[in-house]
Amino acid sequence: MAERERGITPPFGGVFYARTQVMSPDDMQRALWRMAHEVIERNQGVDNVVIIGLQTGGVPLAQLLAEDLQQIENVEIPVGSLDVAFYRDDIGLRPVLPEAVTDISFDLAGRVVVLVDDVLFTGRTIRAALDALTDFGRPRAVQLAVMVDRGHRELPIRPDYVGKNLPTRRDEAVDVGPQGVDLGEVRK
Amino acid sequence: MKHLLSIDDLGSAGIDEVLALTDSFVEVSSRSIPKVPALRGKTVVSLFYEDSTRTRMSFETAAKRLSADTMTFSVGTSSVKKGESIRDTVQTIEAIGADAIVVRHRSSGVPAQVANWASAAVINAGDGWHEHPTQALLDTYTIQKRLGSLEGRHIAIIGDIKHSRVARSNIKAFHAMGASVTLVAPSTLLPPSLDGWPVEVSHDLDSTLPTVDVAYVLRMQRERMSEALVPTLREYTERFGLNSRRADLLSQTAIVMHPGPMNRGVEIDAAVADRANSVVVDQVRNGVPVRMAVLFLLLGSGSEMFGSIDSFASEMESVRV
Repeated sequence: MAERERGITPPFGGVFYARTQVMSPDDMQRALWRMAHEVIERNQGVDNVVIIGLQTGGVPLAQLLAEDLQQIENVEIPVGSLDVAFYRDDIGLRPVLPEAVTDISFDLAGRVVVLVDDVLFTGRTIRAALDALTDFGRPRAVQLAVMVDRGHRELPIRPDYVGKNLPTRRDEAVDVGPQGVDLGEVRK
Repeated sequence: MKHLLSIDDLGSAGIDEVLALTDSFVEVSSRSIPKVPALRGKTVVSLFYEDSTRTRMSFETAAKRLSADTMTFSVGTSSVKKGESIRDTVQTIEAIGADAIVVRHRSSGVPAQVANWASAAVINAGDGWHEHPTQALLDTYTIQKRLGSLEGRHIAIIGDIKHSRVARSNIKAFHAMGASVTLVAPSTLLPPSLDGWPVEVSHDLDSTLPTVDVAYVLRMQRERMSEALVPTLREYTERFGLNSRRADLLSQTAIVMHPGPMNRGVEIDAAVADRANSVVVDQVRNGVPVRMAVLFLLLGSGSEMFGSIDSFASEMESVRV
């Protein structure tokens, strides 16, 4: 199965060895299509909805979700990206560096922000993202969409839209990419 | 990297690292609330034994935008007046609590000495004729943003090279990033020996200007000018001042830089400083995000724990999240 280099995203370095494929690219596409409909249902349309992907895994998913929403509703949806490195609670405990420049070129005041990430794990990235968003204005609501919820939360955070609930062991690793979602482990 | 005392501490990989991180802080600075909590609880002390407006303000703004606390030490109102030594002052600052000390002094090597005494990270904000690394980083960043890259570019540094820490840091940084450097100055304003400096030398500004991508004009440092190195300032201006006629010799895409504060009418003509190809204001503006990047790398990125950014990946396995 797939072997891929890991960058400085958790769990930071080493090579990811896939054990099982959990979602195929088609599965992911169908999950995004369903999540797009859930976003529309929940917000009674997409007026005021903006999509923000978390660097780096959430950014391509945010783009795809926005495209699905545009195709269904036929309106332009603002899409941004957010890097939460400067808001993490583990600065000083482990190396933290941003992976890309944040790009939010629209005002968030009064909007419904759908945060998009690839994997929801401890919830600490989302906590940092919520802090970061307040520096960009006061959204009317923030909702969370993730491709995989793998459990092991350390904070009271839950997703609003989930591609797949995936029970995992803590020491396993989940890899989300254009090739689909794989469950495996990271070795040095 | 624990301290930033010289451009040598960074090397070309380190410069790249700082410049890449600077992009993120430029974005932060452009927000309506230009502040992130990255260095909450850290204290940054500025220890300036020499006058400075832009560098000190720039460092303090950078620290505040990272949510660090700042303390300012200015010689005029401190115990230095009562004869306190630098070592005792540093000990006092450390006892009160400091995570980083930003040092400027008119003698070369003082920041390095402070780094020996202090457990805090020490940043050189200019020491004598030696170095001013954050100035070189913000200049390099400014050039990179305006010209795309420094690789293969030709940069003239014009003026009082001898007394200039900015020139020394910039020569290293520009060279590390692949640019070629020509020094343009009268012989009396060049250091006695240029052995090992990766530079060309010219005494003719008019013939050099058409070939350069960057004309970097240095300030005539009248406060360091005890010996009569130039007959008169007027004669210097005549031969080496960047006036409008000379600025017209520059290519269409070339830019004019100056580290400030400018002596308008001496080394640079007022009109030239305000032309569209002058990036003097960009240099000052970029100073804040560049210094945010330096502070974050030293205090927040974890590099102080792991020695170098390169070793992140290997160290990380043990601290898996």
